[in-house]
Amino acid sequence: MQSRVAIIGIGYTPFRVVTPDVSFKEMMFEAAFKAYEDAGICPRHDIDSFINCAEDFTEGRSIFDIHVPDNIGAVLRSIHTICHDGIVGLIGGYMLIQTGQFNIVAIESHSKLSNMLTQNYLTAHAMDPVFNKPLGQHPGYIAGMEMNRYLHETGTTKEHCALVSVKNKRNAIDNHLASYGDRITTEDVLNSETTFYPLSRLDASSPTDGGIVMVLASEEKARALSKKPVWIRGVGWCSDTPTLESRSWSEATYARIAAEMAYRMAGIKYPKKELDLAEIDDTFSYKELQHMEALKFCRKGEAGAMVEEGVTEREGELPINVSGGSLGVGWMSEATGLQRVLEIVLQLRGEAGKRQVPNAKVGLAQSWRGVPTTSGAVIILSSE
Amino acid sequence: MSEKIKEWPGVALKDADIKEKKVLFTEWRPNLKYAWDTGVGYGRYFEGLRNGRIVGTRCNKCHRVLLPARAFCEWCFRTVDEWVYLKDTGTVNTFSIAYTGTQAERLKEPRIPALIEIDGSNGVGIMHLLGEVDPKNVKNGMRVKAVWKPKEQRQGAITDIKYWKPFEEGTR
Repeated sequence: MQSRVAIIGIGYTPFRVVTPDVSFKEMMFEAAFKAYEDAGICPRHDIDSFINCAEDFTEGRSIFDIHVPDNIGAVLRSIHTICHDGIVGLIGGYMLIQTGQFNIVAIESHSKLSNMLTQNYLTAHAMDPVFNKPLGQHPGYIAGMEMNRYLHETGTTKEHCALVSVKNKRNAIDNHLASYGDRITTEDVLNSETTFYPLSRLDASSPTDGGIVMVLASEEKARALSKKPVWIRGVGWCSDTPTLESRSWSEATYARIAAEMAYRMAGIKYPKKELDLAEIDDTFSYKELQHMEALKFCRKGEAGAMVEEGVTEREGELPINVSGGSLGVGWMSEATGLQRVLEIVLQLRGEAGKRQVPNAKVGLAQSWRGVPTTSGAVIILSSE
Repeated sequence: MSEKIKEWPGVALKDADIKEKKVLFTEWRPNLKYAWDTGVGYGRYFEGLRNGRIVGTRCNKCHRVLLPARAFCEWCFRTVDEWVYLKDTGTVNTFSIAYTGTQAERLKEPRIPALIEIDGSNGVGIMHLLGEVDPKNVKNGMRVKAVWKPKEQRQGAITDIKYWKPFEEGTR
């Protein structure tokens, strides 16, 4: 028998392109301290287990999990690190609570990407060493090839993609956490330098720093501790084949399967009607369109028109990336998924301020682990 | 080898085959560079070392001094209360005598890593090296004092202290 699990605490630092004022340890501490205060708990007594989402190469030290416990109140407690996006960490916490052995679990992820000076080489290091690495090049070409095939098969245009960058950067202006809020035009995007044809500079997100911590609780604890619990209604996660040679280049199959899993669990049949808003992966502008189709907000090839018609605007029928997404907020490595969940939680609590979507009750957050992966996760949250 | 098998199938690969690239060979040198922000706690700690001082922080809940100085207490999970300036003397908690270097080479003159409990820190220490001492004479509980680099050579790094040498109370 499944029990219900809720997010009862959120904590976050300001997201900024550079953060010289704090070490990664101080950044993690600040986010964790705020999350525990928000949940009204003491980490040293009340939290049964901790999960951190981080990648050794990004942090610059092997076995990064040993450097985690002190920063989030987990010294001499049960803790583990998942080398994956933050939403997968949340799903791990959800499963721990489902076992009945844990009542409260905290999940942490952060980005200190400003301290990683050779991100492109790090991404290149993720490629197959025998078949792909010897061909050289900046790995951004994978996004270019994917965008090319997606546009080719669906008839979507570069203009459609540009509209996503325009929308998300504009949305970010109203998000005090966002680093890349801007008022730009489709022409600005189309005229920006081609980086990896057909991809242009303004089609791609840029990195930012920040820490995020969330506290999960069982139904009993959530009702006792929280006035505004945000319930996890469905979760799903999936990875396609790693090989560039045999993966799908036009469709985000991993996101479709993860979404089907989450919709089944949440009992959602018509996502576009039943969801009040969604925060989905937009690491590149075309990814938002590709993911909209994979998440069944529309049929294949229809996402571009949906954006053009204003359906995904803040005032539209299904607002997408009201926070500004990665294009507007900044890309946060393993913490990217938690940034998307954070926006949904703020919206469902009615605490999103200027960018509040009226009567938001059900929201979806989706992550993609970035080039060169085909890994994604979906979480569906509701205020009721 | 066994009764049935007199010879393994295939060709054994030799070191030379790889060196001469007779087999499929690919080489990759990861280019990974980092510049870590020190933040408030470690920043002030390193600044202290450059000035020839050991800077810690104190948590008034568990009454510990934290070294290297940090902004929060990992036990009590709260921000620390004050900066403290410590003496550059302490006691060896534990040590090892390392006869093997980082390249796994034999060291004729061993290095002596030690945890030095700094005076006035309630048992919290600094990881460092011992020097000016015969390995035979190193003991747990030994009193030691920092040997600093000359001021103009200090960079705000843990190596601003060259090593710790034995000392007797009342001497310098």
